Amino acid sequence: MGETVSASEQADAIRVTDLHKSFGNLEVLKGVSLTAHKGDVVAIIGGSGSGKSTFLRCINFLETPSSGEIVVNGEPIAMRQDGTPVDRRQIERVRTRLAMVFQAFNLWTHRTLLENVIEVPVHVLKVPRADAVARARQLLERVGLAEKADTYPSFLSGGQQQRAAIARALAVDPSVMLFDEPTSALDPELVGEVLTVIRDLAAEGRTMLLVTHEMKFAREVATHVVYLFEGRIEEQGPPAELFGNPKSARLKQFLKTVG
Amino acid sequence: MDLILETLGLAQSAELLSLSPPGWGGNLLRGLANSLQIAFGAFAFGLVIGLFGANGKLHGGVVTRDLLAIYTTVIRAVPELVLILILYYVGTDLINKAAQTLGYGRVEISGVVAGIWVLGIVQGAYATEVLRGAIQAIPPGQIEAARAYGMPPLMLLRRVTIPAMMSFATPGLANLWLIATKDTALLAIVGFAELTLETRQAAASTRAYFTFFLAAGALYMTVTLCSGFVFGRIEKWARRGQPSLKRSKR
Repeated sequence: MGETVSASEQADAIRVTDLHKSFGNLEVLKGVSLTAHKGDVVAIIGGSGSGKSTFLRCINFLETPSSGEIVVNGEPIAMRQDGTPVDRRQIERVRTRLAMVFQAFNLWTHRTLLENVIEVPVHVLKVPRADAVARARQLLERVGLAEKADTYPSFLSGGQQQRAAIARALAVDPSVMLFDEPTSALDPELVGEVLTVIRDLAAEGRTMLLVTHEMKFAREVATHVVYLFEGRIEEQGPPAELFGNPKSARLKQFLKTVG
Repeated sequence: MDLILETLGLAQSAELLSLSPPGWGGNLLRGLANSLQIAFGAFAFGLVIGLFGANGKLHGGVVTRDLLAIYTTVIRAVPELVLILILYYVGTDLINKAAQTLGYGRVEISGVVAGIWVLGIVQGAYATEVLRGAIQAIPPGQIEAARAYGMPPLMLLRRVTIPAMMSFATPGLANLWLIATKDTALLAIVGFAELTLETRQAAASTRAYFTFFLAAGALYMTVTLCSGFVFGRIEKWARRGQPSLKRSKR
């Protein structure tokens, strides 16, 4: 590809074509295609076992896809026949552009919040330490954790940890943010504070892929909603249409059960 | 001071243990220094083996895993005294054979180097298992987060795996260190002048067995107490991110 990339493809933050993923004999993704333009907030919904988390994890190769094509910022990721990446360094470089926020936060428990936030900028991206620290303090301030900069994650609530994890994601100045059920491990009263932070990010035009169980939230922030059923896209469209006037019987059923 | 020793009947012992000849205290301390040097070298060498061994066992291919399984099983199955005899004599023999075929004369192998090698290989087998357990105890999400943010494998090992496993590994490693300090005594059998051999020589020359072995025991004890203090500090540091299990006083 390289020079022949057209202007419209340039604007695609992520383009996934015909992604398949099997664990042994179990085919979890049966050909999923999805394009996220810059500034899109794509919500991916679906029941448990629908493959929505696996799909997200295939995009940054935490899971190795079985086949398909993944293009990030116009750069196709070189894959072998069996889906394994050709070049580990390319994966590492692409991963720094795709910041992931996990269901279980996954902060490094032996580092303070500030150390967690500067870790990747300083060591992977080689940003001067002083710059990284200044930026990290801004980000912690932004997610409302300025006073907790020198606290270790285990001493904080789940909501605080998740907000810190979002600050860590923002610190790499990602082109796309991947949220893997960011509020599913939280106590109900802590969900709101995390959603507020994500809502602000959506409002400022960040490109995001958001796997979530929060239907109301998806409807509110998403520009595009994808409903996965048993490894296939069953239905997709603008949130008002998908939630307001679902066409597929399975989606109707799903929306009835969750909400 | 002299008077106290006199009344306690320890004047003679104090004389025997004095640091300058005719006292044997200097020899004992030299022996202790040798013991510590070997223990430290063997422990460090064992840690390096353990780190590679643990990673090999966890992430290596079939051949690597099988070879490491043989290594840890055999070393941990055979008594250390036997291993020391085997590794020491076989090792020096092999080096000399190699030197002869290459046209050099007999090579004099330093006792310290040999001791570090032999005990290091023994320590490595145990360290492999300690570190393997510690690495497996790290919440997988922490490794995954590092991968998801593009950390290359060696940086991940240095920045995440090693510091995160430290809190799980420290108690086991403290044990290994204490075992290392006392395993040095086994090197007396190959004639290495560490603390136990020095003590035996001093005792045999003066017939004051009780005095010298008690003194040696006190030296080993001191090493253990100091180590306990140091490892306590290390463990506290390694667990810095984890809430204490003790209830805080209210």
